Amino acid sequence: MNPPGSPERQRARTAAGPIIGVLAAGLLLLALFAITVGPYPVPVDQIFAALLNYAGGSAALTDAQVETVLFSVRIPRVLAALLVGAALAAAGTVYQGLFRNPLVSPDILGVSTGAGLGAALGILLSMPVVVTQGFAFAGGLGTVALVYAVATAVRGHDPILVLVLAGVVLGALAGACISLVKILADPYDQLPAITFWLLGSLAGTQPDDVWSALPFVVAGLVPLVLLRWRMNLMTLGDEEATALGIDPRRLRVLLVAAATLMTASVVAVAGVVGWVGLVMPHIARLVVGPNFDRLLPAAMILGASYLLAVDTIARTMADTETPLGILTAFVGAPVFLWLLATGRRSW
Amino acid sequence: MSELRAEGLGFGYPGFPVGRAVDLSLRAGEILCLLGPNGCGKTTLFKTLLGLIPRQAGRVMLDDRDILSLHRRHIARMMAYVPQAHATVFPYAVGDMVLMGRTAHRGTFSRPTPEDRDRAGAALAQMGIDELSGRDYTRISGGQRQLVLIARALAQDAQLIVMDEPTASLDFGNQVLVLNQVRKLAAAGLGVVLSTHNPDHAFTYATRVHLLGDGVTQAAGRPVDVLTPDVLSRVYGAPITVERLPSGYHVCVPTGLSSDAETRPPAARPALAGD
Repeated sequence: MNPPGSPERQRARTAAGPIIGVLAAGLLLLALFAITVGPYPVPVDQIFAALLNYAGGSAALTDAQVETVLFSVRIPRVLAALLVGAALAAAGTVYQGLFRNPLVSPDILGVSTGAGLGAALGILLSMPVVVTQGFAFAGGLGTVALVYAVATAVRGHDPILVLVLAGVVLGALAGACISLVKILADPYDQLPAITFWLLGSLAGTQPDDVWSALPFVVAGLVPLVLLRWRMNLMTLGDEEATALGIDPRRLRVLLVAAATLMTASVVAVAGVVGWVGLVMPHIARLVVGPNFDRLLPAAMILGASYLLAVDTIARTMADTETPLGILTAFVGAPVFLWLLATGRRSW
Repeated sequence: MSELRAEGLGFGYPGFPVGRAVDLSLRAGEILCLLGPNGCGKTTLFKTLLGLIPRQAGRVMLDDRDILSLHRRHIARMMAYVPQAHATVFPYAVGDMVLMGRTAHRGTFSRPTPEDRDRAGAALAQMGIDELSGRDYTRISGGQRQLVLIARALAQDAQLIVMDEPTASLDFGNQVLVLNQVRKLAAAGLGVVLSTHNPDHAFTYATRVHLLGDGVTQAAGRPVDVLTPDVLSRVYGAPITVERLPSGYHVCVPTGLSSDAETRPPAARPALAGD
């Protein structure tokens, strides 16, 4: 009668709080480790000394070079990895719930492709980095807004199906536009830049990047946190959710907007980083179950950890930086196949 | 005392009418049984009553107020919906599924309170399935899922419950289990409207019955008055008779089959041949 695996899951549920605590502690340790490693290793005690200094502490125990490495390069990059990973995982969790499909990633409505088109245009027009990031941000948001407008105009069908199909079609269109831009781009200078951007990287992270993306990520996160209980009802389908007393259409617009805002703002900084938003929600569900209340924090911590680990590998593995999109796929694809092979019929 | 009333209700989809001119009412404490052949629009009627799909004509009144004028949260506090037992995409714990029934009683940004958890636990206990609370909803049987969905409706604290074929795809034991629970709920003062494919259920459990066919009301009233052999045979398009058992229960029996008296001898023939 008792199916195999159910006792562990039950235990996982009751222990969700401590598990999230353990994950968070692991993330902190990982972050500390990531700050120490690099071409210029910084021991842990020097990190703490520098942080104390930074916080207005007393004597200058550290030299200026260490502080430069930490505050201009390494800590911003680590923070950016955490922010990007957490935001993508949160958006993926929301999208998978809203579309009631565990195979959905944050790109389903074309946000990444739209952002890619914006960035490619910025590079083609030789815009400064900040403007290119703005183009990417606007491209991502604009594509999803267009998808939503098209889906709303097409009435009398299953609203979720129309939304996904509109996302696929407009995403493909944006992909074709990217190809066009690539053909027009200067093959020695602009084309590699576009290609690298589309593969995602935090190599060029500036301290300002974190601060420009953070407000948007927080703005997107606030509705998700506030509505995290109702998010569960959205996975039951519109009719049941309505009968339980909520307005799924209005809630869906709000949640899609929030998840899209988060995705677009981090994609603008890091480029297109796949897999995090697809795989991390699954792992989080395995660990704490599908209740969005616990799933959202767990997925964000796991996403942040994953991207930080991958980015640390990307910048230390070889002399030249490996694009994140390649590494996340190399790690993400086997993990995803393993999840499929372990044979859980429900997610 | 809550009352749900449909007046001249037309239901269906734009350009595709399913039913028309349906009048029915449901009061607290009674079980209204909706009968009708496949495709006659029982589910569509229920969704229209709940305001989940737009009505095509007439009105649906909840306590003498048109449901179009009511907020969804307000409707959910008065009327709960038990859909046909289904699998969810994600494996929620049974306790969480029932807890979702509390949503209409809390603010938009709130999460379930300890009070809500108590109410959900009580609803599970009322259905006799409190031991399922920690199990995955996706990993329990169809009959158990149906009971969980009813428990969710109870946790919703609505006086009226709309149940779409609560006995579909259940084995006989689970059918009895679910319907006995429904009777207890009505005895406790809830009003339940349910659809079924089995007219015997109407005889055994319903206060009143509503027979739907060809998109219109064929008959409505007390089961023994309404469910006559003539009406049943006509609506279901098959010869049916109603027999009263010594215990007082009524059962529907198909007529004109090989088990009838005049066709019985062939069954005995092999025995003769073997002599």
